[in-house]
Amino acid sequence: MMTENILNTPLTQNHIDDGAKMAPFAGYNMPLYYADGALKEHLWVRDHAGLFDVSHMGQVIISGEKAMDLFHYITPTPFEKAPHGRAKYTVLLNEDGGIIDDMIVTKMHETCFFVVVNAGRKHIDIPYMEKHLPEGCRLDVLDDRALIALQGPAAQEVLKQTLDIDASDHPYMFFKTIGDAPVDEKLYISRLGYTGEDGFEISVPQDQAAALWTKILSHDEAKPIGLAARDSLRLEMGYPLYGHDLDEKTSPVEAALSWVVSKKRDGYLGYDRIQKQLQDGPDRVRVGIKITDRGIAREGAEIQSEDGTVIGTLTSGGHSPSLSSAIGQGYVKPAFAAEGTKVNVIVRGKPLAAEVSGLSFIQAKTVSAKLAA
Amino acid sequence: MADTKYTKDHEVVHIEDGNVAVLGITAYAQDALGDLVFVELPEVGASFEKGDEFAVVESVKTAAEVYTPVSGEIVEINDRLNDEPEAIKISLEEGWIAKIRMTDDSELDALMDEAAYNEYLETLD
Repeated sequence: MMTENILNTPLTQNHIDDGAKMAPFAGYNMPLYYADGALKEHLWVRDHAGLFDVSHMGQVIISGEKAMDLFHYITPTPFEKAPHGRAKYTVLLNEDGGIIDDMIVTKMHETCFFVVVNAGRKHIDIPYMEKHLPEGCRLDVLDDRALIALQGPAAQEVLKQTLDIDASDHPYMFFKTIGDAPVDEKLYISRLGYTGEDGFEISVPQDQAAALWTKILSHDEAKPIGLAARDSLRLEMGYPLYGHDLDEKTSPVEAALSWVVSKKRDGYLGYDRIQKQLQDGPDRVRVGIKITDRGIAREGAEIQSEDGTVIGTLTSGGHSPSLSSAIGQGYVKPAFAAEGTKVNVIVRGKPLAAEVSGLSFIQAKTVSAKLAA
Repeated sequence: MADTKYTKDHEVVHIEDGNVAVLGITAYAQDALGDLVFVELPEVGASFEKGDEFAVVESVKTAAEVYTPVSGEIVEINDRLNDEPEAIKISLEEGWIAKIRMTDDSELDALMDEAAYNEYLETLD
């Protein structure tokens, strides 16, 4: 056991006290699920509100006159016309247009950006952003802040009743600072998440995190939710998980994330490859896979056409609690990417019948019903 | 129970009737797996050697192969698990996976009894 190297979040003790099954994830001691188990937690988020500790993720502020230039270089996404407070899902690119990480970038104002990156990639992302930092800009890692996600149809109501924060006019994919405290001590609330439900991500100074966590959970509609349900929730929505569905070889076009790519702007890393793929089509593309036979298919399973030819690989797979069936996502050759295409997924040497589907298996209930515009 | 034996992989074998043994997984395995979502059952009539994978229990997290600690032929499977995989957790009486007709009941001698298994569990944490 490498217990001496494992990190805690400001809420690890809360999880242990709540009876969570803990497991190491990206170097942190994290809750997999609590007493109710992952299935009930998943359904609870779909019907009520779930609270997630995502403090292991990296929070970074990049500021300076030329801060926007950085994001116009290392991501394919346009920020120029974005209003202040607008949060965008995007990808951090390498020189070949491969994805170093997926992340949320918020344009707080013209010269200040708030970035949230994956826990398992922050040790790569942060030096990479520092390397490309424009002259006169600075990068601050907010490692003194916890991050808590409140997700589900009751999220707005829970926020109002427990923290007295009225989010009724808080638009989807927007960031706000809350409170009269100096900026370092404010809550940063973004209306977004990774479950397909309405909800909020709350960045909070770490010394206030446990009190905030407990206060939100005092509401009958709110329960703590572990990483296992977080994974099945995002899988039902077709959201990719870095290191599984995305990697440095994969472009946003292949990953079915062309919608994050600016139609007008050039000058970002990997522009040539990305433009070529947009014009000619990629060699493989990420799709949803619905298993129609009984059984579960998991990451790494081979996808075959009905005649037994290998056409791709499953990159995520598991049980969908909402559908009570097995679902996944993977990469297939474009000729097989049409919805409804019958395929087989090979599990322990045996083919399971499946079909290609859209990435999301259920309708998003986010306020604008879209991941981003 | 003297007629119940355990393996280091957390399978449980209960001798039901002469040479027929009931196969399942222990509470420790159930707890380690978390919520169960699918059980791949063997075919009735299939033959397995000691140590063969005869079933797979899928949880929300992972797929766990279940190995038979005794050789023999499957004579009955617990169909209930097709619709209700979580029934495994109720008890061995309700949540057994398969029954096997043993070809060599001396294979049982290598397995742990309850006291030995409990002692073994102590060493795991």
